[in-house]
Amino acid sequence: MTGHDHDHHHHDHSELSETELRVRALETILTEKGYVDPAALDLLIETYETRVGPRNGARVVARAWSDPAFRARLLGDATPAIGELGYAGRQGEHIVAVENTHQLHNMVVCTLCSCYPWPVLGLPPVWYKSAPYRSKAVKDPRGVLADFGFELPDSTEIRVWDSTAEIRYFVLPMRPAGTEGWSEQRLADLVTRDSMIGTGLPKQPHEVA
Amino acid sequence: MEGAHDMGGVAWSGPVLPEPDEPVFHAEWERRAFAITLAMGMPGGWNIDMSRFARENRPPEEYLSKSYYEIWLAGLERLMLERGLVTADEIEAGKPLHPAKPVARTLSSDGVAAMLHRGGPTQREVRSPALFAVGNRVRTKMIHPPTHTRLPRYVRGHVGVVELLHGVHVFPDSNALGQENPQWLYTVTFDGRELWGPDGDASVKTSVDAWESYLEPA
Repeated sequence: MTGHDHDHHHHDHSELSETELRVRALETILTEKGYVDPAALDLLIETYETRVGPRNGARVVARAWSDPAFRARLLGDATPAIGELGYAGRQGEHIVAVENTHQLHNMVVCTLCSCYPWPVLGLPPVWYKSAPYRSKAVKDPRGVLADFGFELPDSTEIRVWDSTAEIRYFVLPMRPAGTEGWSEQRLADLVTRDSMIGTGLPKQPHEVA
Repeated sequence: MEGAHDMGGVAWSGPVLPEPDEPVFHAEWERRAFAITLAMGMPGGWNIDMSRFARENRPPEEYLSKSYYEIWLAGLERLMLERGLVTADEIEAGKPLHPAKPVARTLSSDGVAAMLHRGGPTQREVRSPALFAVGNRVRTKMIHPPTHTRLPRYVRGHVGVVELLHGVHVFPDSNALGQENPQWLYTVTFDGRELWGPDGDASVKTSVDAWESYLEPA
């Protein structure tokens, strides 16, 4: 058994190395042919590892919780409203914000690939791109929520948005109780990535220091 | 096309497995594959629907066994091979063997922020009135194109209600073949029972975004 496990692990490891080598060679070919600039590649990676991620979306949500006029603009036409905070562009050219209430819970999926609102959430997590989520979200969203460890009352309607076009959906979660008078910055700390996809809820006040 | 990528409602057994504190990338090669793919869009000149078709148009066993960025890589290689930007013997050898093809543009580090900010808007000028209005009942057509489509199988032939109009957008089925053919785009919402029968959850409504030529009055 141990030997088999070891072999299996070794097999996975060499497959990874093969892909690693293939990508490295491809980058060399493309660079030497003058098609790509390695400095541009570094900047693309840095952008999505350090600048564009779910903290952007959390700021949008916190502003919507704090500023009723912004909330109205966000729900009316999300792309320019989100642009007010400086978030725009690739994979967020046409954004629609949908609001959770006690009666209605929104959840976003892309059954055909991995469409996701990059400017506000960054790149999608592996589970969002996985077969179980893409297959189950449209048929059994309550089962998906159970996989994430929570359930909604039967009386709450679930609304699933399958992102089949270039419209990107962004969930505005409900503001947790007990946060009256909180600053936008404090509120943003309550906003989780999953709460803006609809597979989670914001943190409660006692969960943040 | 009827590919393994069209996953809505398929009976996969496994649970969704979120990874706590997941990193943006899981390996260095994923970083490079991601960046190469974005950067090659400029010299390559393909559009997003061509990229999607290059990724999804492969045997189910291949699509399902490759990881996400392995599929990106396979799609990118196909797009470049089709256009002669790289050749099979170069990929095999892992080094350039032939002169570069002239390309119109490349992405410099100075151009990254502007390229990302510009994105690729798909909305186009309205040239004809919308056939459907909010609240109209529509049926999705039962189509099985061998090429790229964004009408998932699980909604084909079903009746839904128009919930939103998004204006006129590039039509992916033709855009993947090089023709924008922009059309009105709608959010169409379906009841759980309409899509899944008596086993469906009546408290669930699901929508897709559907171009006008996917729809007929119901």
